[in-house]
Amino acid sequence: MSKVNETIKEGKERYVAGVLPYKKMGYWQPDYVPKDTDLLAMFRLTPQAGLDPEEIAAAVAGESSTATWTVVWTDRLTACELYRAKAYRCELVPNTGEGTKTEAQYFAYIAYDLDLFEGGSIANLTASIIGNVFGMKAVKALRLEDMRIPVAYLKTFQGPATGVIVERERLDKFGRPLLGATTKPKLGLSGRNYGRVVYEALKGGLDFVKDDENINSQPFMHWRDRFLYVMEAVNKASAATGEVKGHYLNVTAGTMEEMYKRAEFAKQLGSIIIMIDLVIGYTAIQSMALWCRANDMILHLHRAGNSTYSRQKNHGMNFRVICKWMRMAGVDHIHAGTVVGKLEGDPMMIRGFYDTLLDTHTKPQLEKGLFFEQDWASLNKCLPVASGGIHAGQMHQLLTYLGDDVVLQFGGGTIGHPQGIQAGAVANRVALEVMVQARNEGRDIWNEGPQILLDAAKWCGPLRAAIDTWKDVSFNYESTDTADYVPVATGSN
Amino acid sequence: MMTNPAGIVTQGQFSFLPPLTDVQITAQLKYALNNDWSIGIEYTDDPHPRNTYWEMFGNPMFDLKDPAGILLEINNCRKTFPNHYIRVMAFSAVRGVESPTMSYIVNRPKKEPGFGVVRQEVDGRNIRYTIHSYATDKPEGERY
Repeated sequence: MSKVNETIKEGKERYVAGVLPYKKMGYWQPDYVPKDTDLLAMFRLTPQAGLDPEEIAAAVAGESSTATWTVVWTDRLTACELYRAKAYRCELVPNTGEGTKTEAQYFAYIAYDLDLFEGGSIANLTASIIGNVFGMKAVKALRLEDMRIPVAYLKTFQGPATGVIVERERLDKFGRPLLGATTKPKLGLSGRNYGRVVYEALKGGLDFVKDDENINSQPFMHWRDRFLYVMEAVNKASAATGEVKGHYLNVTAGTMEEMYKRAEFAKQLGSIIIMIDLVIGYTAIQSMALWCRANDMILHLHRAGNSTYSRQKNHGMNFRVICKWMRMAGVDHIHAGTVVGKLEGDPMMIRGFYDTLLDTHTKPQLEKGLFFEQDWASLNKCLPVASGGIHAGQMHQLLTYLGDDVVLQFGGGTIGHPQGIQAGAVANRVALEVMVQARNEGRDIWNEGPQILLDAAKWCGPLRAAIDTWKDVSFNYESTDTADYVPVATGSN
Repeated sequence: MMTNPAGIVTQGQFSFLPPLTDVQITAQLKYALNNDWSIGIEYTDDPHPRNTYWEMFGNPMFDLKDPAGILLEINNCRKTFPNHYIRVMAFSAVRGVESPTMSYIVNRPKKEPGFGVVRQEVDGRNIRYTIHSYATDKPEGERY
């Protein structure tokens, strides 16, 4: 069988007109040793019944690089062996296939030469890697699980406009997670009413308030009005507390021209941070990141839309790949999960996303879904944001799971506080500070956390009220995107 | 008088908590030293949120690994500047950080007048905002 599938050597026989298996065309090379300058991608394949997984891996390699469905003689005008992506490894995913509840899936590793890609362009990178292959009939489902980006390619990207380190220096906030909230209700507030929420939350003790992803410029509140009232709130709260405060002004709009216009106005008003949505597209994101670097602006990204393709385990792409691309594209903040909140997220998977955003050098850790070693080539760090259904009573869990480098966003958990928005902010800030203090003192916050909060609630009424209101709230649903390997597993080769 | 819920300038990691005792400060010093961070003491009578450079009460103590010795320095600073803001900072020299990693206030004036917002109304509905510290109307050293 292996003979039948061996690559046909370059020459006349290889280019006889007609259809050849991808494996024979040179896209399956189990002996290939990836170069340090290669881009590596790992896909989860679900082949149609009865098909050879290695042939499908070769097909993915082929269709995401040089191949078309039939032999073309024009290959012979090129250094085609270089341009062919090479599937070099294909193995059964643990707990799939015969004797399990899940049909057989395979992890396919593919190497791409650096010259297949234009420097500094996420659009070009993604047009190759995910451009064509996800619709191939031969695969029932396909998911891009992870990528290794070579240092040579990373160096062609700006990376985060500001980065975690410089953001903290500008904010003068160190050694603790940042606190934020999304203004609620999402829709319907006038500019004046909207600014009220921002002022109360910031004065109460939050560092940031945020526009929601779909707050742009609607009939109930046009963007200029929002920007003007919000900046009044930000400055007034900053004076009231002596702290640097910010509000993510969402500049998402229908055209680049309009987004630049809104960003310029935010800058003119003295905002330290603006915001965009993932749905504006990779190129627009890169453009806004360049603008932010040039204008001393922090860039917040809301991952609006990602779950349409990142949530299901068998098809689409893993969110860790989005994290990698967005760090390259140059955003400073990205929503990356809460573990304990209302949105999808397995603890180890989310830690993998956070590591992807924050590491200077990532080691492969299969239990976190990190399949490759990744040197980040001094690209700035991108700050993960935890938002959605979290509250002060979970502070010990949040700090344990997510660490210091994160923005914890308590929207409902601030604005829905029974004693008002300022009290909600106080509860969150006190819970945070008391937990950081206890952790630094060496206390076991995972187990003692609830008692630490109750003790602080004795002298902090707003925290008492928050705990009483939300003590029974949790979102214990099973995650769909979980690790294929348990923590004890060693390398799969 | 400041009208925020804490009633004080809330810069730093622990401004929402009751003032740290010497025992609590020592625990935080140990945490920093265990992480291989150097500790510096800084003071000011200009707590404007963008006043980055508080005066250093000596250089960061790169070679002092004893929390008791550092606490002694903190208390020296408190004696010298009893009515100033004093903060303890930790600095990491690890590649990829090379920046402060902790900052918390350990001394503050008895009365904190806070800040006002100065609004300059310009074109359209634009406003240029200036955050003005009431205390800094007086010269350095005479503010609190």
